[in-house]
Amino acid sequence: MADTQIRASADALLRAPASARGPRDPAAIIRWTLLAMGAIVMVMPIVYMLSASFKYPYEMYNLNIIPKEPTAENYAYVLSDGRFYRWFANSFFVATCTTVSAVFFDALVGYALCKFRFRGRLIVFIAILSTLMIPTEMLVIPWYLMSRSFGWLDTYWGIMFPGMMTAFGTFLMKQFFETVPDDFLEAARIDGLNEFQIWWSVALPMVTPALSALAIFIFLGNWTAFIWPLIVTNSQELYTLPVGLTTFSVEQTVDWELIMTGAALATIPTLIVFLIFQRYIIRGIAMAGLKG
Amino acid sequence: MKFYRNLSISQKQVVWAWGFLALPVLFYVVIRFYPTADAIVLSFQKWNMLGIRQWAGFDNYIKLYNDPVFWKVFRNTFVYLILGTPASLVISFAIAYHLDKVRFLHSTLRALYFLPFLTSTVAMAWVWRWFYQPVPIGLFNNFIASLGFQQIAFLNSTTNALPSILLPAIWAGLGFQIIIFMAGLRAIPTSFYEAARIDGVSNWTILREITLPLLKPTIVFLVVFSSISFLRIFDQVFNMTTNNPGGPLDSTKPLVLMIYQTAFSSFDMGYAAAQTVVLFSILLIVSLLQLYLMRDR
Repeated sequence: MADTQIRASADALLRAPASARGPRDPAAIIRWTLLAMGAIVMVMPIVYMLSASFKYPYEMYNLNIIPKEPTAENYAYVLSDGRFYRWFANSFFVATCTTVSAVFFDALVGYALCKFRFRGRLIVFIAILSTLMIPTEMLVIPWYLMSRSFGWLDTYWGIMFPGMMTAFGTFLMKQFFETVPDDFLEAARIDGLNEFQIWWSVALPMVTPALSALAIFIFLGNWTAFIWPLIVTNSQELYTLPVGLTTFSVEQTVDWELIMTGAALATIPTLIVFLIFQRYIIRGIAMAGLKG
Repeated sequence: MKFYRNLSISQKQVVWAWGFLALPVLFYVVIRFYPTADAIVLSFQKWNMLGIRQWAGFDNYIKLYNDPVFWKVFRNTFVYLILGTPASLVISFAIAYHLDKVRFLHSTLRALYFLPFLTSTVAMAWVWRWFYQPVPIGLFNNFIASLGFQQIAFLNSTTNALPSILLPAIWAGLGFQIIIFMAGLRAIPTSFYEAARIDGVSNWTILREITLPLLKPTIVFLVVFSSISFLRIFDQVFNMTTNNPGGPLDSTKPLVLMIYQTAFSSFDMGYAAAQTVVLFSILLIVSLLQLYLMRDR
């Protein structure tokens, strides 16, 4: 599929469908009602989690959504422990560093493989692409052994190093650099820019939608990553939010309102990010999906 | 610098290309290819992290073949796949197909369906775990009991636990699949539908003869994508069964959890590596199948 088509249909996704029938049609009303009920069911787990986090234990197990006596005590208790701030900061730091690195290098490699002609280009491309088929779970044991011999266990670098570049992002960026006309690059070359400057100040600004989509994917992926941070960290000061949340929830055992508060604290930031970037996220997923 | 200046334009490009690629090539070799080779080598060795690695030939694979837990885990992993993939695809297609025809509050509905995809798996595993608790804690059982039915043992039953863990995994992935399906539906030119309508073809025939065949690339992508994610299921199982990981009686244990326990609880590194090679082979077959199905694209 041509890239313009992909962008057009990804953008079209953001608009309501044009060919919808009028609201008077009974079939359309039934369709809408069923869809709306389905949508409510979909968000129920999130709604109950948020509701429980504002409840006192005595009404925790009632089915009502609005607490009779809303309280912020659960949040005060969970946050007074202090560890949540640390885990939150760790997750944020790790996800930010990984995202910056991965977006930078994926765009760099994607550009080199797309716009330069040199021997070995195809081999490098196929080699990078083939790593998509290697599951993380196969690599965690060697990564663990590697981290152990280099002293990377229980460090931020240890959590981050496997994700510093991604094959998926490289592939995505290579596809999007195809849309950048070579004439622009040639013009910049005549103006005396070197290749790095051309990439940075001419090519990159032309693929910003793809860059932002990739950044959101990588950030979310790292924000929720679980198995590798679980393996590589030992001390609670280094835990990321998901690993910390597991530890915290296991400690609470029966205080489900506190577990729900912890879960809510881990979820609320992504919900806020979603509300702000909704259009970018949905368009980004649509673009990546049509590319794949 | 003089050397560089004397190069032709295309030679300069070669220098720049490798300049761009130097660090990434090193990264892929050291962080991707070497560990892959190391895992394969380790699967033919015996090592408990103390002492030195000893060659063991095919011992780990023979042990795996004779291990009843492995076959149970293998079965579980495929049950996650065989129940999860069709269920999530059918539900997400049905929602995407109808949502695509709705105008009133379209983007609000779409946002609600998409929301669960952005939640943290760990957080949601605990939410669902709470829902599944027996009376008087769990919401599902409280609801069932309030209707006068007998409560259901969700996570404590060897037959119900696996579907109970699968449900939140399906739920969390639906939003993504709906968006991909809707993008695929929008990519079909409207002229196809107009032509069919002029010919007076029924909606059902349009769906079967036009929509689904043209959606083939999207469907293949989603089948492979969701198959791989169900084969790699771990976070949900680990968090919903922390008191007895993979339990009760290994009835929910997927391959990745077995790998994790073999490597990081039993420290039987060679055996765990052999399990990862099995996982790798399964995923490779799925990926190659995708390439085969997409070859005419």
